[in-house]
Amino acid sequence: MEKEKNKYSIIVPTYNERLNIAFLVYLIFKHLKDVDFEIIVVDDGSPDGTQEVVKQLQKLYGEDRILLRARPRKLGLGTAYIHGLKHASGNFVVIMDADLSHHPKYLPSFIRKQIETGANIVTGTRYVRGGGVHGWNLMRKLTSRGANVLAQTLLWPGVSDLTGSFRLYQRSVLEDVINSCVSKGYVFQMEMIVRASRKGCHIAEVPITFVDRVYGSSKLGGSEIVEYLKGLAYLLVTT
Amino acid sequence: MKQIIKILSILVAIAAFWIGLLESSVVPRSHTWLLPIYLIVSLGCYGLLMVGVGLMRFPTCPQEAGLLQKDVAEAKEFLKQRGVDVANE
Repeated sequence: MEKEKNKYSIIVPTYNERLNIAFLVYLIFKHLKDVDFEIIVVDDGSPDGTQEVVKQLQKLYGEDRILLRARPRKLGLGTAYIHGLKHASGNFVVIMDADLSHHPKYLPSFIRKQIETGANIVTGTRYVRGGGVHGWNLMRKLTSRGANVLAQTLLWPGVSDLTGSFRLYQRSVLEDVINSCVSKGYVFQMEMIVRASRKGCHIAEVPITFVDRVYGSSKLGGSEIVEYLKGLAYLLVTT
Repeated sequence: MKQIIKILSILVAIAAFWIGLLESSVVPRSHTWLLPIYLIVSLGCYGLLMVGVGLMRFPTCPQEAGLLQKDVAEAKEFLKQRGVDVANE
């Protein structure tokens, strides 16, 4: 039986993740043993030595498996993905965070789900059974749930976790969608998935667990809420 | 069609239906005038219910923090032995 000749390019934007990037790379190699993949680290000029650690990882795992494609300074998430895409040689692209809130152990389930369903995009969701969050207090959960209900009511996105950034895309789909997105931060992630949904992409979900590295009270002040509402309004009118 | 247009179309359709009810007097006028209020209040209650239920059933994974710490320790051991700098500070 012919095995799928798929290659997965994993794009990881980093800023000051000297330790986490090393652990992340180790865990990816541990959980993707029989998979053809490459890791593309897009570092925005971290002052903490992240790039030096990536070079050490390259010596250990091979420069064909770990690509360091750095940029001079913080230039934003969306452009980091676009930059990483330019150097990707896979037919699938995974995006994930460098801080270990996204655990590589879920990568096989993303890949399997995509093969089973033929989906254009597989997105990780924290909000279904089998998934979950750790490190969020009641207030954080309340705002998350409220924001989610509002977004579902207004946008009918077709996915349960709009702001998640642990996703597997068919390469052509990512290239197509990312060029029409202009938002920043987590609204960018929302815009990506809503635009993909509007274009008729088949989006599948897998449960993931999310361990928040920022413990205690997250600074969810008025400005964040305003930012979110502005993002929703923007998506309401343009998608 | 943009999302806002879709939503406005639905609101327009509901408004047309409501005006139709007012004109045709199938339902007594006094009731009909209050229907939009009922609708808004019901929507509000439904929204609050969804938030409340979602909050109660919010999936958590307390064991994941411990598992992650184990993974990090394993990674540290492996990488330290192979010349990758994983010392804290």
